[in-house]
Amino acid sequence: MIKNVIIIIDYGMGNLNSVKRKLSRIGVNAQITSNPKEILEAGKLILPGVGHFSKAVENLKRTGIWGVLNESVLIRKTPILGICLGLQLMCNQSEEGDVEGLGWFDANVVRFKVADKIKYKVPHIGWNNVSVQKESPLFKGILNDSEFYFVHSYHIISNNQKEVLTRTIYEYNFTSGLSKGNIFGLQFHPEKSHDVGEKIFYNFINLLKCSDPE
Amino acid sequence: MFRPRIIPVLLLKNQGLVKSIKFKDYRYIGDPINAVKIFNDLKADELVFLDILASKENRTISLEFIKNVGEEANMPFAVGGGIKTIEQIRKIIGTGAEKVIINSYAAQNPDFIRQASETYGSSCIVVCIDVKKSFFGKEKTYILNGSQSTKFSSLEFAQIMEEKGAGEIIIQSIERDGTMLGYDINLIRRISESVSIPIVALGGAGEIIHLKKAYQEGFASGLAAGSMFVYHGSRNAILINYPNKKDLNTIF
Repeated sequence: MIKNVIIIIDYGMGNLNSVKRKLSRIGVNAQITSNPKEILEAGKLILPGVGHFSKAVENLKRTGIWGVLNESVLIRKTPILGICLGLQLMCNQSEEGDVEGLGWFDANVVRFKVADKIKYKVPHIGWNNVSVQKESPLFKGILNDSEFYFVHSYHIISNNQKEVLTRTIYEYNFTSGLSKGNIFGLQFHPEKSHDVGEKIFYNFINLLKCSDPE
Repeated sequence: MFRPRIIPVLLLKNQGLVKSIKFKDYRYIGDPINAVKIFNDLKADELVFLDILASKENRTISLEFIKNVGEEANMPFAVGGGIKTIEQIRKIIGTGAEKVIINSYAAQNPDFIRQASETYGSSCIVVCIDVKKSFFGKEKTYILNGSQSTKFSSLEFAQIMEEKGAGEIIIQSIERDGTMLGYDINLIRRISESVSIPIVALGGAGEIIHLKKAYQEGFASGLAAGSMFVYHGSRNAILINYPNKKDLNTIF
């Protein structure tokens, strides 16, 4: 049993190297893989992602990662951190392509519906404050309302307040992070967010495993 | 609260950094990777790298270079220069850039932007529109490092690019480039008001007040500049610099 291996899941969507590099800055040598067996045996998982929701679902299913993820995360309780599209995939369903996600969180993904289209452009790109809604080991040592980097056109609507980890304002208040047990998802990009981003990874890497798969 | 991004734009020529005035008179600034290191320390919001001769020379910005930047950069960065295929975008994003910037080929084949945004999501696809006024005062879209005009007005082209799925548009005034006299606020405002995707202002910024104006009066979501972040003082000594967070918080 390989333990404590940090796996960055490669399903053909987006910028995996920037996550790997950020981890190497804190001395963690993460592996990028699409191999279901390695994913199953990982100590911790990171699910990044940039791109189209339905394309991501298609890729996860085609590569066999989808089924393995459910087993890893729901049965073996392997800690997982979803980033951006990775978070969205953990939800029930997305307007982007109108397909179902992994359904780990009771939340849906919708397109930003801003009223002031001149002031609030979509995608929401840039630095914005992240307000932590509940105590979480992921935000240990991070000042509340720190700035993180966002790039997204779709956001989460949570149906379960208990799962809401962070909120952010872009014309209106939206859910920018979710967490439940071993599952964490962030709409913003810690891998692109200077020192506070590094701290998020540090905290994630140092999380205790919620249960032992052995 | 959301605040606009302040984005240093770094021009590449023969693997070195250069800075131009009105797309001419290139001056060597230094080593790009060294600049990235300094911008890390200065906590820059985002960086842009443009290989300015790539399209003209029929090549694409070097992946090796992007990899080197990615290894250093602690912030998101976008790259542009000669990008024409989905495969190139895949490699560039995979190598570590957050976004790709397309200029010449967007005008030569606008449908490419649709193809690119459908594959990678709009957020990664940035179109840079280089604008110069014609003899009759019409704002035209230029390509190939400002050397060739197209049939598109800048406003019309911005709308086409939005329709094709671009996630963001950089509006660059060729005539303001390197002048440090301020952005063309009218141009930026008119385009910003006619599309619903983010606009990044580029060309002419010389001081913080210019950034503020482009945000408040031009409705730009990103404020980009070259000279302002590489020059210092009235004699334009080369010194990489960036406004500190305190200054930014007082103006936005």
